[in-house]
Amino acid sequence: MWVAALLLVTLLGTGVVFLSPDKYAGKLAAAISVIPALGSLYMYWVYLTQYGGTGNALLSPADIAFSQQIPWLTLGELEVSYFVGLDGISMPLLALTTVLTTLAIVSAWTPIDERQSQFYGLMLFMEVSLIGVFSALDFFLWFVFWEGVLIPMYLLIGVWGGPRRKYAAIKFFVYTNVASLVMFAGLFALVFSTDLTSLSLPAMAEAFRTASGLPTIAGVNLMTISFILMFFGFAVKVPVFPLHTWLPDAHVEAPTPVSVMLAGVLLKMGTYALLRFNFTMLADTARQLAVPLAIIGVVSVIYGAMLALAQRDLKRIVAYSSISSMGYVILGLVAFTPYGMGGATFQMIAHGLISGLMFMCVGVIYNTTHTRMVGDMSGLADRMPWTVGIFVAAAFGYMGLPLMAGFAGEYFIFQGSFDAPTLGGAAPVLTSLAMFGIVIVAGYLLWAMQRTLFGAFSLETDYEVGPAALHDVAPLAVLLLLVIALGVAPDISFGMITDSISPVLELGGGA
Amino acid sequence: MVALPDWMALAPALSLGLASLVLLLADSIDPDTTNTGAIAGISVVGSLVSFGFAGWFISAGTGIADSTGVALFNNQLVVDQMALFFMAIVASVTTLVVLASYDYVAEHSYQAEFFALVLLSATGMSLLSAANSLASAFVALELVSLPSYALVAFLKENKGSVEAGLKYFLIGAVSSAVLAYGISLVYAATGVLRFDGIATAISSGTVQTIVNGSIQAQAGDPAVPMAILGVGILMIIGGVAFKTAAVPFHFWAPEAYEGAPAPISAFLSSASKAAGFVLAFRVFAVAFPIGDLLATGGAINWVMAFQILAIATMFIGNFAAATQETVKRMLAYSSVGHAGYVLIGLAAVSSSGEGLSLSMSAGMSHLMVYGFMNTGAFLFIALAEYWGVGRTFEDYNGLAKEAPIACAAMTVFLFSLAGLPIGGGFFSKFYLFSATLEVGAWSLAAALIINSALSLFYYSRVVKAMWIEEPNGSQTIESYPMGLYTAVVGAAIVTVLLLPGFGRVYDVAFQAAQLL
Repeated sequence: MWVAALLLVTLLGTGVVFLSPDKYAGKLAAAISVIPALGSLYMYWVYLTQYGGTGNALLSPADIAFSQQIPWLTLGELEVSYFVGLDGISMPLLALTTVLTTLAIVSAWTPIDERQSQFYGLMLFMEVSLIGVFSALDFFLWFVFWEGVLIPMYLLIGVWGGPRRKYAAIKFFVYTNVASLVMFAGLFALVFSTDLTSLSLPAMAEAFRTASGLPTIAGVNLMTISFILMFFGFAVKVPVFPLHTWLPDAHVEAPTPVSVMLAGVLLKMGTYALLRFNFTMLADTARQLAVPLAIIGVVSVIYGAMLALAQRDLKRIVAYSSISSMGYVILGLVAFTPYGMGGATFQMIAHGLISGLMFMCVGVIYNTTHTRMVGDMSGLADRMPWTVGIFVAAAFGYMGLPLMAGFAGEYFIFQGSFDAPTLGGAAPVLTSLAMFGIVIVAGYLLWAMQRTLFGAFSLETDYEVGPAALHDVAPLAVLLLLVIALGVAPDISFGMITDSISPVLELGGGA
Repeated sequence: MVALPDWMALAPALSLGLASLVLLLADSIDPDTTNTGAIAGISVVGSLVSFGFAGWFISAGTGIADSTGVALFNNQLVVDQMALFFMAIVASVTTLVVLASYDYVAEHSYQAEFFALVLLSATGMSLLSAANSLASAFVALELVSLPSYALVAFLKENKGSVEAGLKYFLIGAVSSAVLAYGISLVYAATGVLRFDGIATAISSGTVQTIVNGSIQAQAGDPAVPMAILGVGILMIIGGVAFKTAAVPFHFWAPEAYEGAPAPISAFLSSASKAAGFVLAFRVFAVAFPIGDLLATGGAINWVMAFQILAIATMFIGNFAAATQETVKRMLAYSSVGHAGYVLIGLAAVSSSGEGLSLSMSAGMSHLMVYGFMNTGAFLFIALAEYWGVGRTFEDYNGLAKEAPIACAAMTVFLFSLAGLPIGGGFFSKFYLFSATLEVGAWSLAAALIINSALSLFYYSRVVKAMWIEEPNGSQTIESYPMGLYTAVVGAAIVTVLLLPGFGRVYDVAFQAAQLL
């Protein structure tokens, strides 16, 4: 009931905001989005206090929290139902989605100055879809929401974006849509060759795990082929090298609040789906392919960081560094250790908060200075001390300063992957290489901060550069507090994450 | 069940016919009436009542108990779940179209005639759904066609409209002749016109006759000449291809849809197409049972014909749509492409003749969803024509700034047509897809996937124009016509609701297909 209520309230809010006059749309959308945010935080609290130690939603269906199942339709012998529920993996992501949406909406008040009711309506519609993606436990329901994210994102980039917005929007749309088709084909090849009776994710996990006698195509088992197709489909969303090229374009052209959602939540859809489908349902295949997958992850880490190093545009720097950070998640997932997979999931939350915060900071700076180029400005610390203070804190969080969420996430991943049995002898090498990525991150962030924030103030403009408005800085402060809170007490979510990860690790022989 | 007289089973068709007669009566009393509200009101009520009856009978299970359906007039008409399903499609499309026409024809003369013709044509479609013999099917088909020729040419001052009407009429007349000739050949070969009689003749291999309503072999047991029957079937396929705007008789469709008043384009491309398909489904599933035809040596294999037609129609329709410059023509070609998708309903049959009810029910469900999303899309064009927006993609630039609600509805239609899971179109395509996989028809499956992916390209061009592009002129929209808006928004809501509600539609379709 709780999930349905979140979905309905937000959907209703979408309609109301879409029809409201532009003048009030922003405030109204923020007020409405507070409801799902508070609702999911309450659910989070309930989960934390009452559901401690429950298992994985896919592997122990009896333990699903807030579950609700209503038959929907049948497809031959396949039952499709409206089936939602949460576990320790999806609960933090749900909370991240709703909180970040509210903050992103508030941060849009300044930069979005036309067609507001449509903008905020689409933001809320995207929130509906995202809530659905993280809570759906039936494949069709999940797929409806998964694709449902695409349409508002396409329009948000295409309508309110920067100068090359049309190109960026269509590129995003084509990449992710083709990826969905490939994933769909891979999954349904498996569905039709096993004797499934239900398309619920737990049933699929059960059927794929016990599937035997699958056909082989050109000597390769269908399971492996499906794994690769699905990995490709999800990897585009993550994104992983070399499927990442849509991301910088989308980020740079998207208006800042949309970038926040893109980096903060949309990228996590990819890693979440990887964890649920590839690494839980097809865990055996994932273990077999661990080394090549880890290499892809490490290449993403290093390559993303190197690309970030070469950028002048602050937004591009943060965008490329996201590729780097998501590479860590892949490395953590393939490790199949409690710290590795748990850390990867924790890193999704941590990166969601920190990259959201970084984009918001860049956005606030851009709203004031109308430039994002390193080198165009310097000494901003003098003019907007609060914003710059938070920016510096966020950047250190990104670099992995202890007691901030980023440190915890990356530390867990390295701890988990260093002696990962799935990676064998390659584990220390790959982990060390990935650690090197942090050095590069520190390099470009320190360089960018030093050039733009410190020194004597200079900026060629006829604008008055002063402190940002309270409603611009407030979301930054909230996010920073969350980053620090998770860094100081990672167990707020790491505990429930490991509880839900451990059944995955016990599959097929254990870690 | 409520004990109604048998003829009441035709109530969905009768209420449409009655409404058109009332309009004609009103028109003869006051020929110059401009009271569009009353005229459109009668039409809306008539079609809503028709829809209500169809829905009521479906949920009451009419024709399920006596597995042959309610037979009327010596089995010339039979009302079963299949008939009711299509009557519901026809009635819902008619409701949307007459509602939208309220604003569209407000400026024109001959309003009562316009609505009466629409309703007469709809009556024909409704009767066609129930036709159980080639004779009654042909009569019903003519009742569908003749008013629609006049409707396409309704804009008498508009050269395009008149030209389209003439072309439509000429091709229609030729295809009617082909169909009639095919019917005569089938009659010559089997001795009967009733679908079940033809089936008996094919399965027994002897020419049949009907004595006092019951089918029996003709004296002397003459054998069915398969060659003549084959030519007859081929010609009937031709007639069906015309009515459903499928390759190779699709040429008229883009012309007629583009020239006709947009609500009529909606009517023809949704309801008329559905009527053509119900004829095809019934004739080929009942009268020409594929299992028996294959058992007699497989000389006549209409599944093969429909496989070729389906693939050709999908590719030609979608590729042509991708190259169009005007939105209405793009939709017209996409409507050809969708005929190809529905043809899978007759093409995804295994070599032993199995899988027909599965694929047919998928095709039926697609027609139901299509009835809303395609009608809605054409009615949005009607709205654009009403506003005086131009015809090309560029003319739609920035329309969402002026009319966000209508554009949101149009976005729903287009993405649902493309098969994104924002409306029922996703599920109906997926069911077609799984029907092809069920019988291992890989070429059909591949064609469906390729064309769906391609269609997203041209549908999203409209979305991009409406939302993302800047308006290129200073045109302003002055009024928001109530009837058109109600129809467009209503169709969008139903399209979206068909996503959660698809299971119910499919269940009805599957049961109807199984009962045949």
